[in-house]
Amino acid sequence: MSHESALVSSAPVLPLRSRRNVWPWFALPVLAVALPEVGSDYLFSAVLVPYLVLALAGLGLNLLTGYTGQLSVGSAAFMAVGAFAAYNFQLRIPGLPLLVSFALGGVSAALVGSFFGLPSLRVKGFYLLASTLAAQFFVEWVLTKFSWFTNDNPSGVITAPRLLILGHDFSSPGGRFQLALGVTTALTLLARNLVQSPVGRTWMAIRDMETAAAVVGIRGARTKLQAFAVSSFYLGVAGALWAFAYLGTVEPHGFDLNRSFQVLFIIIIGGLGSLSGAFLGAAFIVLLPIALNQLATAFFADVIDVGHLENAQKILFGSLIIYFLIREPEGLARWVSLLRQRFASTSPKPPEVN
Amino acid sequence: MQFFLEVLVGGLFAGVMYSLVAIGFVLIYKASGVFNFAQGSMVLFAALTFVSIVERGIDFWLALAITLAVMLVLAILIERVVLRPLVNRTPMTLFMATLGLSFVIEGLAQTLWGTQVHGLELGVADVPQQVAGISVSRFDLFATAVAASLVLLLAVLFNHTRFGLALRAVAADPLAALSVGVDLRRVWATVWAVAGAVGLVAGLLWGARLGVQFSLSLIVLKALPVLIVGGLSSISGTLVAGLLVGATEKLAEVYVGSLWGGGIENWFPYLLSLVVLLLRPSGLFGEARVERV
Repeated sequence: MSHESALVSSAPVLPLRSRRNVWPWFALPVLAVALPEVGSDYLFSAVLVPYLVLALAGLGLNLLTGYTGQLSVGSAAFMAVGAFAAYNFQLRIPGLPLLVSFALGGVSAALVGSFFGLPSLRVKGFYLLASTLAAQFFVEWVLTKFSWFTNDNPSGVITAPRLLILGHDFSSPGGRFQLALGVTTALTLLARNLVQSPVGRTWMAIRDMETAAAVVGIRGARTKLQAFAVSSFYLGVAGALWAFAYLGTVEPHGFDLNRSFQVLFIIIIGGLGSLSGAFLGAAFIVLLPIALNQLATAFFADVIDVGHLENAQKILFGSLIIYFLIREPEGLARWVSLLRQRFASTSPKPPEVN
Repeated sequence: MQFFLEVLVGGLFAGVMYSLVAIGFVLIYKASGVFNFAQGSMVLFAALTFVSIVERGIDFWLALAITLAVMLVLAILIERVVLRPLVNRTPMTLFMATLGLSFVIEGLAQTLWGTQVHGLELGVADVPQQVAGISVSRFDLFATAVAASLVLLLAVLFNHTRFGLALRAVAADPLAALSVGVDLRRVWATVWAVAGAVGLVAGLLWGARLGVQFSLSLIVLKALPVLIVGGLSSISGTLVAGLLVGATEKLAEVYVGSLWGGGIENWFPYLLSLVVLLLRPSGLFGEARVERV
């Protein structure tokens, strides 16, 4: 059997370049300060905040699936752990800074994630589905059955406290955006350094050929658990942001299997094994339903009902997944890098790609 | 003791129903190495198509034939549009493609036939009956008989027909099979069609019990642990694994789950499959693989 694979060939999506564009990093603070002055509440609450949080979640899953080659369909479970842990840390330790409880939420998710990653030491490929699906159903069950986690709220819903950091209130839609942007940016920078460091190299070695990696002395067990832990930490923080900055209130069923699939779709469409892929994929997944909705209400308001629209959306998403896996396994990230090359005047014309 | 036996038997019957779905998976996995997540939506699609045709006043057997034809067309389309372009890609890529496929089929099924719940009557009542002092549902007995005949039929198909030979050849070594003239595409399309037919049988039995509706596609999640316990490559192994999962799941729910207010049925089978995996990484009846660099 051939070992040529989508994941192996996706490595060049993130080329090592010494001359990196730095201007986006200067643009970010400007964006963070200026945008809340001009943007509408709808833009922040319904578009930008969910976008940033899903991008962060996609980033986390990409570290595990795209970079280390371990398939997971339990992302939402780790998001749930992060959200509920952050909530309980806030609730039970008075005066704990918000960002610290986010981090602790991430650490809790990392612990749970490494636990469910343990079977990856013995099995691989889709056998690992069993483990991540077990995480998905087990976490949902624990959070629903044991009311301690939801502070005995009869409906099993947790409500985020006010978002105070150093006395500054981030509870407005613009503030939530700033919070999500700050956390996502910091963790993205960290992830970028991580995947370019020796740690990231060992992850990719495991992904590309585990047996060969073991032969050259990479310790598979440690590397995989490390990837599970880091990935789950990201997902946990994303979950905490989802509950605190995006929704405000959340119940365990908000993190169901469909959310896991959504995160997986983000990285398939955006690009497996690419950091920018998570951001592109998340933009796609947040914007497409909104665009479809607008289109439907504008043109077919009396013909199409909500159910039809939902089904059409399902068909479209499913087809896109298949299309990307067949034609562009490196996702939108590759399109963007091709575009960039085309516009860079000094570089030679890239080879034709179909 | 009486109660224990009844729970056990109920679990075994539930296991038969899970295996019915899981068998469709095994067929496709054996022939093409694809872990077909869309099997659940194929069950939904087949059952929904059948019920909708019957509701339009068409005879049962004719409707069955039409549905089988539809599943054949669907299988050929899947082979053409999804599988063929993905030849030689990693199992993970193929799995994700079937995940996309399941969305397409679910959306398609509900766009074509609507989202309401359809009742389905197979002429076998779901009434209790006394067998050897234990009360079992007549419908469960019927379902078990159907499952048994299905497994027998498939065993004959695999072991005593030319097509079965081709299929086993493809399963053993696709390249070698290709080189001796086996038409890989036809084998794939056929096996997806057979899996669709198995899906129809599973869909009819599950649909008669739960009503034909969207949640039918979720039984894929019940079939997954069965598959993993069984080891993905043996049909009779899947049946045994189904019985094991069904029985332990129900026993655990009744005797252990009640300690925490129940609901452990959802994750217990996965826990079981994890334990099995840790002891035997390729399942109880699976073939161990040798890794080469």
